[in-house]
Amino acid sequence: MVKVPKIKLLIENVNFFYNDKQALFDINMSIPDRQVTALIGPSGCGKSTFLRMFNRMNDIILGTRHTGKITMDGLDIYDSKTDVVKLRRDVGMVFQKSNPFPKSIYDNITYGPEIHGQKNKSYLEDIVEHSLKGAALWDEVEDRLHDNAMGLSGGQQQRLCIARALAVEPKVILMDEPASALDPKSTARIEELIGELRKKYTIIIVTHNMQQASRVSDHTAFFYEGALIEFGKTHQIFTNPEKQKTEDYITGRFG
Amino acid sequence: MTAMAKEKLIFNLVRGVTYFVVIVVGYLLFDIFIKGIPTISWSFLTELPRRSGAEGGIYPAIVGTIYLVSGAIIFALPLGMASAIYLSEYASQGRLNRTIRLAIITLAGVPSIVFGLFGLGLFVLFFGFGASILAGSLTLAFMILPTIIVSSEEALQAVPMGLREASLALGATKWQTVYTNVLPYALPGMFTGSILGIGRAAGETAPILLTVAAFFLPRLPKSIFDQVMALPYHLYVLATQHPDTEKVLPMQYGTALVLIVIVVFFNLTAIILRNHYRKKIQW
Repeated sequence: MVKVPKIKLLIENVNFFYNDKQALFDINMSIPDRQVTALIGPSGCGKSTFLRMFNRMNDIILGTRHTGKITMDGLDIYDSKTDVVKLRRDVGMVFQKSNPFPKSIYDNITYGPEIHGQKNKSYLEDIVEHSLKGAALWDEVEDRLHDNAMGLSGGQQQRLCIARALAVEPKVILMDEPASALDPKSTARIEELIGELRKKYTIIIVTHNMQQASRVSDHTAFFYEGALIEFGKTHQIFTNPEKQKTEDYITGRFG
Repeated sequence: MTAMAKEKLIFNLVRGVTYFVVIVVGYLLFDIFIKGIPTISWSFLTELPRRSGAEGGIYPAIVGTIYLVSGAIIFALPLGMASAIYLSEYASQGRLNRTIRLAIITLAGVPSIVFGLFGLGLFVLFFGFGASILAGSLTLAFMILPTIIVSSEEALQAVPMGLREASLALGATKWQTVYTNVLPYALPGMFTGSILGIGRAAGETAPILLTVAAFFLPRLPKSIFDQVMALPYHLYVLATQHPDTEKVLPMQYGTALVLIVIVVFFNLTAIILRNHYRKKIQW
């Protein structure tokens, strides 16, 4: 029997606009639960914009609007009754440029749980250890948890940002080119980590690096000029794409 | 001329100009210090003035200036910081925001006498505070408000956008984000802005001339609705309005010295606060 993955996020007829400029055109897609979905495409194709819709990060940009519907577990995330703060707890995000708070490693992790009302000290300590282990950073920092996070290397900072996202126990993790500013070794660690995280979380990753997409993802969506050109199993997209445009892109003919 | 020689010339030129400015200001301060110090005595600082300021001390003027500057800070700092937070963090960055910003920058360049007239019209007459500490403090507060708003906003904008995004993405509310991840890093810059404002508030004569300052009032104020003497105005009176300005020259230098010391004291406090906060930030 073929196991059909559960759908985590359902995107229906989504259009997105920056003022009068349309950035996304009629996107329809379903993102499976506890798998890695990669969004690829040339710069400016709308993949980051699309990613930032899932935790409503675009809300903070003036002059943006959208049509269509995105549901998570059946609930409309853009519904007026939806609590954005709660949504962002469920949908964590890791940014392209690592952005730890200029505080201690410990405080970076506890920030999320604390703003959500967690005060129990031993519980917070557990979260710190658990999150850092989850982000494969614990062994490197366990004896300097109270050092400033800005003293960590670029790759460590990015894993700290992942740990920080894990600390609020999200269901979905959005990654916006998480390894684009890292050296190959750190990149490999992040990719390894994604492989671990996919067991527990639904991951959507934007990447410029096609090898990375093929290595880490189960499904791949190819965007071009704001439209979803092709979406399917990563293996199929990279070996036997249906659309000519997809093939041109993944074979490096443009982009 | 070779590029090298030109480089040398430019370097010496800008260095020379800088030294010149420092020397002029240094000489000014030195002159006031040397000529003012003989006048300074315990009685000069603590006694009431007599014979229109020709004799006695300047105690009421010192107290008056401290009241006015403190009052201006109490009103201007929260207002200025709140406005800056609103403009930088909450307001949509549209045309209205740009207009407000332009208005504030223009306001910073408005001559102080205009603020004096504004204070006279609004606080002294319309609100009926009369010539009083309250009216004077409010007038000074409005005068330094633009400086505080502009520099506070710059300090807020200097905090990396990534910190705000990281915080919001963790499910923090806007205020949690601003309070924990923006304000602490912007505070040193905000204090720097206040320093500039405070120095100006202590030294200005025109705004208090119309709203609070007394020509000669040899007693201390009893409430914020009283008039007070103030150092800059007292200095102005001694230098230009006194029947025998030559004779009271030492009094003028003494008063100027005290005024400078008070400004330095306020600035130092602000600088110490700023350094304290800055030390806590490690980027």
